[in-house]
Amino acid sequence: MSTRLPTLGRLIDRSAPVKFRFNDRHMQGLQGDTLASALLANDQMLVGRSFKYHRPRGIVAYGAEEPNALVNLGHGARLEPNQRATTTELFAGLRATSQNHWPSLEFDIGAINARLSRFLPAGFYYKMFIHPRPLWKHVYEPFIRQSAGLGRAPRRADADRYEHFYHHTDVLVVGGGLAGLQAALTAAQSGARVLVIEQTAHWGGRAPVDVTADPDRSHVNGKPVDTFVEQTLAALRAMDNVTLRTRLMGAGVYDHGYVLGYERLGDHIPDADGPRHRLWRIRARRIITATGAIERPLSFAGNDLPGVMLASAMRDYAVNHAVAAGRRVVVATNNDDAYRTAIVLHDAGIEVVRIVDARPAGGLLTDDARARGIRVETDRAIVRVKGGRRVSKVQIGSQSGTGGALDEVACDAVAMSGGWSPVVHLWSHCGGKLLWDAAGAFFRPDPERPPLGADGAGFVLPAGAANGETDMASVLRDAHAAGCAAAQAVAGTAPDTAAPEAASTPEAPLDPVWLMPRNARADLRAKTWLDFQNDVKVSDVQLAAQEGYESVEHTKRYTTLGMATDQGKLSNINGLAILSDALGQPIPATGTTTFRPPYTPVSMGAIAGEARGPVFQPLRRTPMHGWHAENGAHWEPVGHWRRPYAYPRAGESVHGAVMREVTNTRANLGLLDASTLGKIVVKGPDAGRFLDMLYTNMMSTLKPGRCRYGLMCNENGFLMDDGVVARIDENTFLCHTTTGGADHIHAHMEEWLQTEWWDWKVHVANVTEQYAQIAVVGPKARQVLEKLGGMDVSADKLPFMAWADGTIGGFDCRVFRISFSGELSYEIAVPAGRGMAFWQALVDAGADFGAMPYGTEALHIMRAEKGFIMIGDETDGTVIPQDLGLDWAISRKKADYLGKRAQQRRHMVDPDRWKLVGLETIDGSVLPDGAYAVGSGRNANRQAVTEGRVTSTYHSPTLGRGIAMGLVRGGPDRMGEVLTFPGTDGKIYKARIVDPVFFDKNGDKQNV
Amino acid sequence: MSDATDIHGGGGARVSGLADLRATGPQGMIVLRGDLADPGLRTAVGAVYAAAWPGAHGVSFAPPRGLCWMSPDEMLLLGPKDAVADDLAQLTAALGDQHALAVDVSDARCAFALSGPAAREVLAKLTPADLSPQAFGPGRIRRSRLAQVPAAFWMAEDGTTIHIVVFRSVAQYAWDLLVGATDPKAPVGLRQG
Repeated sequence: MSTRLPTLGRLIDRSAPVKFRFNDRHMQGLQGDTLASALLANDQMLVGRSFKYHRPRGIVAYGAEEPNALVNLGHGARLEPNQRATTTELFAGLRATSQNHWPSLEFDIGAINARLSRFLPAGFYYKMFIHPRPLWKHVYEPFIRQSAGLGRAPRRADADRYEHFYHHTDVLVVGGGLAGLQAALTAAQSGARVLVIEQTAHWGGRAPVDVTADPDRSHVNGKPVDTFVEQTLAALRAMDNVTLRTRLMGAGVYDHGYVLGYERLGDHIPDADGPRHRLWRIRARRIITATGAIERPLSFAGNDLPGVMLASAMRDYAVNHAVAAGRRVVVATNNDDAYRTAIVLHDAGIEVVRIVDARPAGGLLTDDARARGIRVETDRAIVRVKGGRRVSKVQIGSQSGTGGALDEVACDAVAMSGGWSPVVHLWSHCGGKLLWDAAGAFFRPDPERPPLGADGAGFVLPAGAANGETDMASVLRDAHAAGCAAAQAVAGTAPDTAAPEAASTPEAPLDPVWLMPRNARADLRAKTWLDFQNDVKVSDVQLAAQEGYESVEHTKRYTTLGMATDQGKLSNINGLAILSDALGQPIPATGTTTFRPPYTPVSMGAIAGEARGPVFQPLRRTPMHGWHAENGAHWEPVGHWRRPYAYPRAGESVHGAVMREVTNTRANLGLLDASTLGKIVVKGPDAGRFLDMLYTNMMSTLKPGRCRYGLMCNENGFLMDDGVVARIDENTFLCHTTTGGADHIHAHMEEWLQTEWWDWKVHVANVTEQYAQIAVVGPKARQVLEKLGGMDVSADKLPFMAWADGTIGGFDCRVFRISFSGELSYEIAVPAGRGMAFWQALVDAGADFGAMPYGTEALHIMRAEKGFIMIGDETDGTVIPQDLGLDWAISRKKADYLGKRAQQRRHMVDPDRWKLVGLETIDGSVLPDGAYAVGSGRNANRQAVTEGRVTSTYHSPTLGRGIAMGLVRGGPDRMGEVLTFPGTDGKIYKARIVDPVFFDKNGDKQNV
Repeated sequence: MSDATDIHGGGGARVSGLADLRATGPQGMIVLRGDLADPGLRTAVGAVYAAAWPGAHGVSFAPPRGLCWMSPDEMLLLGPKDAVADDLAQLTAALGDQHALAVDVSDARCAFALSGPAAREVLAKLTPADLSPQAFGPGRIRRSRLAQVPAAFWMAEDGTTIHIVVFRSVAQYAWDLLVGATDPKAPVGLRQG
């Protein structure tokens, strides 16, 4: 059983018990525990079930690499699945439940899969579910979806807050172990700004744990390692140019020195106020990755049983938390380092029953172990671990054999070490390449091929164990060198200091051991796990190779090796070693899979940051927004704006309101908030020439004081925006754009001016938000303006398509006599700050004339009654002005305009192009929006031939019937023909092709 | 949360947390597009604005007016709101036939001020611009963004007050963002070097 030790425990406070619950069992841990160490202290070795076979799973690691101990953490609005117990700091009241089992952790029906494992080989899903085809959609996929995933998705909205933080620094050091601290100190001595981030709550990394086994031989500058850590930290804290942060993980490295950091502020104090996570968005000129190394498991049969643990993890739990993983422990290794675990456990009173060393001989640490009376067996392998939900005994045999057991020992825990792999993830994220280090049997960063920054130099500098250094002296030397290199790069000078002197126990070389025993029989290989979470075994990878998989990336996806939430942190190297062996090629020839950010999963909340609730997205408000809200506006999102769609009154439907607003505007007076329309000032001696290029029609001939409607196309000839241009003076134009076009037309203008016509004398400014613009529309429009008084708005003084500056009701304004409704209409711009007051003045003065505000839907209906097109309805990015019968707005006199050449291409002048027409239903009903007209026969794809589609469709209260516009093949030449539109409601609609101008064809109403 | 009137109009909305946030009310603003390297343009501006000509990414003040460098061909001219029409008329007259564009944008913007020792830290939750004292000292201006909207901000001569300008339509959004970022329970506690 696992238990709390009377000695050790450098991180725990024995006087501070902490109560928590696991699967509704009440347990007690200590302040300073992780959930994993607390579970072990409560003898809870079984913590979950594997993904495929539902095998019992125990804690195997100590940190971020843990594949097994994933729990549902919290509950209700704070439930989060797949949380690693090893990186979860214990707090009072913590509630966790285990995952992927039914009905209970101890008895799981899904474990039947393990009995069927012969029938669930690598690529099982691909092989099984491909035939018969129809079953995939209706049977297999729903079943697989049901059983997919480990944890449970939360059902409630997240109760916590999150935020982002942008930070710029000269040097970022990722990792707060010996190497990170030393590299930071060296870099900071140059005066450079240095940020040091450490993913755990503690500084110093694992060195203080490791030296517990051999303190007499381990020192830095002649002092204990702990002292060195404290002194280095104190020195860093005293420097103004250094920032130190714990619980902040380097999640990803991107181009231009961009790094994402994941800070966990509230996970260990969940009831505290303030943000739970903070996503750091860091720009660093140089990044030092002092991310350490991760121990590899050994591949032997039964290595997935609860109680089998990484040797370093077992040592960490003992030294840091005074927790022993078992009472009788077997240690299996191919290197000296694992002896430290045996020594630490032995010295803490745990019985180490055997050290099984695959090598012929070990080093000084082997002697240390033997001197303590620990039985060491060399050239030996674990051939099989036995047990049910927990290790019960171990069979030992020859490492060079096939699995014959020479010995069997009872034990309740197995510590394994297959060597160490540098954490090269952050080095690799942005393209850093790796070298195979044969001595250490690991991939390490290739200094010749770093990720390159904009200056052509490598911007990531690996340091210490992350760079493949293994003993303390070389780790510190390497870290110092990385610090110097970073300082040189960012400050132009490296500090004139030496690396600290360090000593540690010399170690004998490891033997690469990828399978234990080396020639293990097939039945053993089928019980030898590589990926504990996804249940990928040695036999699966070998089968994949047999079936022809050669690429490591393909093999990964086929077998799911390394696809679990730990992303292969434990399984990767072992798996590709097995693959290489099966392919008969050296490991570097196989290579690794791609390392992608994030290093470990980052919460969705942290990614979203502050963007939720009211600030999920910016909501753009016009100056009259508040009035609209108070007067019952039914909103329509238009880009980021909210515009009133209609203003339904008490008891009135939205549709009813729209009908009323149209009728009232046509009969009396309507007021529209048109502030969202884009307004761009274009000025300069070349402004006319510029606008002639931008618009299809001629703008340079426009007279000051007059307005002209214009169309704007892109280089491909497609219509992209329209609006009224007013000429302010000889050199100045004001271009109105659609609401959605304001920003991109402004950008479009700047792009042409900056990249192509940089020598034209033109400046532009987007003044959209400077003005509130109100459309005063209807037969009584002039009357209300005359009542307010101030300027002459008569037909003589201000004719249709003219504009004038003046005052109305005491408001300085600019009045445009333009109409999008076909009515007598004035669009009046006032400074935005005066917009609300002016609107109110119009509402008040308009009361005598039956004034009502109207929304965007009434606007749409009135323009459709007049046959005016709407960008986004009649256009969709594939429509040219000629399709819309707008040839009158295309100048034939101009040598060029944007889109002109494109519009001459063969496809654009094809007489079969669909063209704009009006559509009138035979029975007066409303055509469905977007409906297609079907012709006769079938096309090459055996689909019904279509010959047109509806682009706008409304019920016109003015005409008392449905009206529509549409694009129809040969449209204007087919007046009077009746088209057939099948609706998605099962009905067939019949509509007659008519002129798109349904109302007041002569324009008498607007021109009064 | 303050309502829009406090943020626009006379300003006066105020929130204290990690930093002091306030809506500073009406501010005269003129956008000048032109070649800032042109001596003629400088002379014309100088006729109305006494402030020294700022360099790239700089602001310069001669209260109650000031100049903000926005790009090599754009300057933001600050002054009293009620004087902006006169300023614009004078500037236009001084520019004469020179090729430049000057327009009143006072109503298109909203101005806030963020002050206190943690002001940089609060703003750094929302903008990717480098706000370290080295990069953003007194008299420096950046055009960047606050979360999802564009913003310009400059550090006042006192070194602790950051003036922020955003578009009017998103003033409420920007205000809400800043209120959230000043939450006293969310200090970053970054040491500024």
